[in-house]
Order: sequence, then structure tokens, then C-alpha cells
Amino acid sequence: MIWPFDLVILLLLVVAAVIALRVRDLLAASVVFGTYSFLICLLWAQMEAVDVAFTEAAVGAGVSAVFLVATVFNTRRNSSD
Amino acid sequence: MKALSLIVVLFTGSLLLSVVSLFPVWGNPHSPANANPISQFYINETEELTGVPNLVTAVLADFRGFDTLFETVVIFSAGLAVFSILGRPKRKRGDEKPEEDDPSENLIVIQTCRLVIPIMQLFALYVIAHGHHSPGGGFQGGVILGSSFILWAIARNLPTALQRLSSRKTMILACAGVLIYAGIGVICQALGENFLDYHILHYLLPATDAIMARSHAMLGVEIGVAFTVSSIMFGLYAYLSSQGREEGGL
Repeated sequence: MIWPFDLVILLLLVVAAVIALRVRDLLAASVVFGTYSFLICLLWAQMEAVDVAFTEAAVGAGVSAVFLVATVFNTRRNSSD
Repeated sequence: MKALSLIVVLFTGSLLLSVVSLFPVWGNPHSPANANPISQFYINETEELTGVPNLVTAVLADFRGFDTLFETVVIFSAGLAVFSILGRPKRKRGDEKPEEDDPSENLIVIQTCRLVIPIMQLFALYVIAHGHHSPGGGFQGGVILGSSFILWAIARNLPTALQRLSSRKTMILACAGVLIYAGIGVICQALGENFLDYHILHYLLPATDAIMARSHAMLGVEIGVAFTVSSIMFGLYAYLSSQGREEGGL
């Protein structure tokens, strides 16, 4: 376990989570959501859970971010709240 | 109201954080999860029993094969749900060609995709076929394979990608994947063993013993999963990005 690495990732995780919730532009929110998944993936890899990290990178950071973006393009771009 | 919810969130968060210190330390070999005789059995015996070094895949595809079968069915039915909600009756498609976008407009994007997509697909096949020796497997490989088609649909437009893999073929491949997985289980049953009890398959596979039969059957199962996952991923993208009309780009 490399604690400075952990600390940086966990801090960025919190920042990404707050941004994803606060930002009004839904496209930006879905991109930040992909970033969040990628950071989690780094955390799994660092804990030597490589299979889980691989799934998170492919499904969480890759395809589900694309699905979110594809869906945002068919709705309004800005959230009302 | 906002202040109230903030208090609730802070209270719950600090409660959760205070409990974290009670957890066993990361990587502790004597933690309940690691010391349990069942985990000890998987860690010590998997390679001997199945001939598969990656015990995550062995647990996923062999010991807990039933779970993974229904995970595949979950993805399949999620795809079915999206298709049936967003799908709409086809307009008459006479000799209409997919609208050609001007290739000189995004030449760099298209040429880069031409280079990247074959490598992605090759890597996906490696991840699927090598899933029981290294990290990976049907789910991850299937997602990578599906996203190579999605990349083509983003770089060009949806009809161009649907020419390669139409929504009809998508559905057939998704069904084929579930049938491959369940079929391997049924073959085991037909040979007189339990559903998904792979070791009996060495009667059918030449030059394999009961241990290698389990390894090979895992590969077959992973291929089934990859079929379903990759085609459903592309189908989901095609339907979500065009509201089921199967036209236009992103």
C-alpha cells in the first residue's frame, strides 16, 4: 500500500464526486462521472484487485460514460436544479 | 430543508467513517474473509482442481457458474428492455443508402479509428481467450469488443456502424451467447452430471482429462458471455443515441 498515492486518489475522488453533483451541465457531469470511475479503477489496481479494476475501467469509465453522453444528447443539456 | 439534509448526511458520513477503524487491515491474512475455510479451499485447491491459475475466473465461471449465467441473463434482459421500450417499427428501407458524411471533414479522426479499432478488437479477443490465465474474461473482453463498434459509430455515423453489425444481428448474437452458456450446462446434464458441472465434458473433448475439461469449458462459457455482452453494449448505444431510430450520428 502506497499511502501518498492513496491520499491523492481519495482526495481527487471526493473532488470529482462533488463536481459531478454540483455542475449544472449534464454533459460535464457525465464526463466527470467517467473520471470518478477511472479513479476508483486506479484504487482497485493499487489494492491488487486487478480483475475488478479491469471491469471498472472497461464498464465504468468506458462504456457507461459513453451511454450517459449518448443519453444527454437526447435530452436537455442543463439540469433544472 | 437543505441544512437539515446536510446534518443528516454529515451524521451518517461520520458514523460510517468511525466504523471503518473496526474493519480488518487491508491484506491481513487472518481477517475473517481470508481465514474462512471456504476461501482457504478456493485459494489452495483451485489450480489443482481446474487447471486455471486465475482463481477469480475459476470462481466466477466454474464454482459459481450459476451466478455468472444469470448475470449474463441480466445484461441480456437489460438489452431486451431498452430495445422494446425505444424500438419502433422500421420505416420502409428501400434502396436508401446511409447518408455519407464528408470524409475530408474529419479525416484525422476516421484514419485514427481505422488504426485503433483492429488493435482494440485483437486485444478484446486476447482478453476473452486468456481470461483464465490473466486478468480479464468474457465481460471485460465483450465490453472492449462492443466499444470498438461504438467508436466507429461515434467517428462516422450510426448507419455506417449498423452496416457492419445491424440491430437484427445484434439480437441474434446476444441470444447465441446466452444459448452457448446454457448449452454447455445442458450438455453436462445430458452426460449425467449436474448443470454446469464441467468435468464430465472430457468424454466429448478429445485428449483432455477431467481437470483440463473444466479449463476448456470455462473458455467456452467466457466466449458465450462475450457474445452477449459485446452485442448488447453496441445495441444499447445504437438505441440510446438515436432514440431507437437507428440513424444520425452523435
